[in-house]
Amino acid sequence: MRRRTLLCSGLAAASAPVLAACSDEGGGTDGGGRTTLSYGMWDPAQVPGMQQIIAAFEKEHPDISVRIELTPWASYWTTLKTSMRGGTAPDVFWMNAVNFQLYAAHDVLEPLSEHIARDRTPVDRHPEQLVRLYAYDGTQYGLPKDFDTIGLWYNKALFDKAGVKYPDTSWTWDDLRDAAAELTNPRERVHGFCSEMQRQIVLYPAIHAAGGHVLRDGKSGFGDERTIEGLRFLTDMIDRGWSPPQSAMVENIGRVRFWSEKAAMVHDLSAMAGQMYAVPALKDHAGVTVLPKGRERTTVIHGLANVISAKSDKKAAAWKFVHFMAGRRAAEIQAKSGVTISSYAGTQDAWLKSMPEFDLKHFIAMEKYGVPYPSSKNTAVWENLQYPLLGAAFSGKGGIEGAARTLGEQMDRALKEERDS
Amino acid sequence: MSVFPATAAAKSAGRRAPGSAARPSSRGQRAAYGFIAPLGIGFAIFYFWPMIQTFYFSFTEFGPFGGHTWTGTDNYARVLRDVTVWQALGNTLIYCGIGLLALPLAIVIAALLNRRGLRGVSVYRALYFVPFVTLPVAVGLVWNWLYNGDFGLLNEILGWFGVDRHYWVSDPSTAVFAIGAVMVWSTTGYYLIIFMAGIKSIPQDYYEAAEIDGAGPLRRFFTITLPLLSPTLFFASVICMIQSLQTFDLIYIMMGEKNPAVGDTQSIVGLFYKWAFMENAQGAAAALAFLLMLLIAGLTYLQFRLQRKWVHYG
Repeated sequence: MRRRTLLCSGLAAASAPVLAACSDEGGGTDGGGRTTLSYGMWDPAQVPGMQQIIAAFEKEHPDISVRIELTPWASYWTTLKTSMRGGTAPDVFWMNAVNFQLYAAHDVLEPLSEHIARDRTPVDRHPEQLVRLYAYDGTQYGLPKDFDTIGLWYNKALFDKAGVKYPDTSWTWDDLRDAAAELTNPRERVHGFCSEMQRQIVLYPAIHAAGGHVLRDGKSGFGDERTIEGLRFLTDMIDRGWSPPQSAMVENIGRVRFWSEKAAMVHDLSAMAGQMYAVPALKDHAGVTVLPKGRERTTVIHGLANVISAKSDKKAAAWKFVHFMAGRRAAEIQAKSGVTISSYAGTQDAWLKSMPEFDLKHFIAMEKYGVPYPSSKNTAVWENLQYPLLGAAFSGKGGIEGAARTLGEQMDRALKEERDS
Repeated sequence: MSVFPATAAAKSAGRRAPGSAARPSSRGQRAAYGFIAPLGIGFAIFYFWPMIQTFYFSFTEFGPFGGHTWTGTDNYARVLRDVTVWQALGNTLIYCGIGLLALPLAIVIAALLNRRGLRGVSVYRALYFVPFVTLPVAVGLVWNWLYNGDFGLLNEILGWFGVDRHYWVSDPSTAVFAIGAVMVWSTTGYYLIIFMAGIKSIPQDYYEAAEIDGAGPLRRFFTITLPLLSPTLFFASVICMIQSLQTFDLIYIMMGEKNPAVGDTQSIVGLFYKWAFMENAQGAAAALAFLLMLLIAGLTYLQFRLQRKWVHYG
C-alpha cells in the first residue's frame, strides 16, 4: 500500500489523471477533507471484528476513515521497527507487554494521559493490572483492548475412560498430579499433562502458583527457592512420564496433543477457545476450569493495547479512534465476534454465549487474581535466555535447580545491562 | 594465464604510440563499463554500500528506532567475550564440513549420469535439481515432518528394523546432523549440474585412449575425470564453503525457538538474526557479521593458496 502511495505521488507530478486514480488508495486527506488512519495489527482472525468496530466508528466520525494494515505475527515487530525508522509506521497499532517498554522508553509512542483526562476515557472499566502494563514512568501510552488468562483445559472422554473426577475450582496441585498419573496411558501414548516449556501459558503460571516470581524490582526471580519449586513441579511430571518431554513437544506442541486427544490436560489461553471449539470432538467433550492451586491460586493475565505512533501526523483523529476503541460500544462488538475477551468490564457476556459448551466464565473470574505478564525495557533479551538454559531439564535430563539459578544470574546481568544502556 | 601477456603487450604498445593504440582500447573499456554498469550499480547500492555501513555501525550502539552513538571497539570485545559466539562458530564449522560432503556425492552422481548410453539423463538431472530450487521454508517443513518423533516417516521405517523412535531435531546430539543431512540433500543437485557440465568438457578421446589401453571405469574416473574436473571442483568448493558458512534459513525453520537443542545448532548468522532483530543489539550484530565476513575471506584466500597444489589447469 505504502509503496503504491509513493509511486502515485511520484507519477502525480507528471500526469493529472493518475492522481485521480490514486486518490482513493492513498493515505492522508482527499478532496473532501477526510482523514485516513492506518491501523496496524497482526491477527487475521480479528479482522472481521475490527472491521465492524471501524464501521461503527466511521459512522460516528464521518470525517475519519480507518484502514487495517495486517502484518503477520512472524514479521510484525521487525516490520514495525523498520517502518518507524523510515517514517511509514501505522498511525495506530497493536502493542503487547513484551515490547511496550522498549517503545515507550524510546519516545516513539504518543503519551495519552492528558487526552484520557480531557475526554474522560473510561480507563477504570478495564482491569487495573492491564492498564498499568501500558504505563511507563507514570505516563499512560496505551489503552487495553482485550485480555487473556490461562485456564486448565481437560478432555472429558479421557477422564471418563480413566474413571477420574473432572477438575473443578477446588483443585490443588496434588489433585493435578494424582489425575495426571491416572490418566497417563503409555500403551495408547496418552499423557496426563503437558509440562511444556512455554513461558506465558505454563512456566510463569506455575512459578507464580508456587509463590515465586519472574521479575521484581528489576531483579530476576529465577534463583528464588519458590520459583524453583514451581519449575520442579513441572519437570517432575516429565521425569515421571506423566508429561511428554520438551524434546517431544517441540515437534508436537501441547495444544496439538490436546487436539488430537493424546493429552488429557493442558494449560491454554482463553483466546484459544475458538480454536478448541473448531475441533469437532473437543467441542463435545473438552472442559475448562481455573488453574489448580499450588501455594497460591493464580494465573497470568496479558492483553493487547492500542497505541498511537509519536510520528503520526494525524494524532487528533488517531486519539478519537483509540478513545472509541476503549469504550463500551467497541468492546461489545469485539466480544460478539468471539475471538478474545474484551477488557471492558461487563461486556463479556456475548463472548461467553458464543461458545455455550465451554464454561468460559472461569477465564473472566481469574482476572481478579491474575498476575500481569512480566516485562522490562528489553524483555526479549532475558526471555531468550530461558529456553536454551531450561531445555535440558525439561527434556528429562534433570538439573532444574542449577539451570534456574544460572538463568537467574544471566538474567540479572541482562537486566543490569538494560539499566546501564 | 593468457590474459597477462596480452595486457602487457597492449601496455607496451601504448607507450610506444600513445595516439594510435590507446584510444580504441579506452573506447572499448568504456563500452565494457557501460555493459557492466547495470549490475555494478545494483551491486554498489544494495551490497557494497550496506557493507560499508555495516562496518561503520559495528563501532556504534544502534538504537532500535534509529540513531546511533560511537562506542569504539566495544562491540568487537562483546563478540569475542561471548561464549555463545564460539559455540555458534563451532556449529557453523560443522555445518560447513557436512555441507562439503555434497561435493563428492555430486561428483559420483555426475559421473554415473554421464555414462554413455544412459537413458533419461535430463529426467534424472531435473529430479536432482528440484530440491535446490525448492524454497528452504518448504524443505524445512517437509523434512520436519519426516523427522517428526511421534508421527514421522523416518521413525516409522526405522521401526520396522526394531530401531527405537528418536526425536531427531530436538535431541542435541543428532540435531546438527539432521539439519546437515537436509543441507546436503538440497544442495547436491546444484553441484551435480556444475560437475556434469565440467565432465562434458573433458575430451572424449582421453577416455577412448584409456579404454584401448585397458583402463576400467574406476581407473578412468580417478585418472581422467577427477584431475580434469579439478578446476570445476575448486570453483564448487569455494561456493559451497561460503554458502554453508552463511547457513541460516533451514536451521531457523527446522528448530524453532523452544527446541532444547537450539544452542547446539545455532549458526553465526542465526545468532546475528537473534541479536539484530530480536534483542535490539544491532551494533554487536554488525560486528559479528563483519567478523564472519573476515572469516569467509580468510578461508577463501586459504583455498586459493591451496589450489596450486591440487588443481590441474589442462
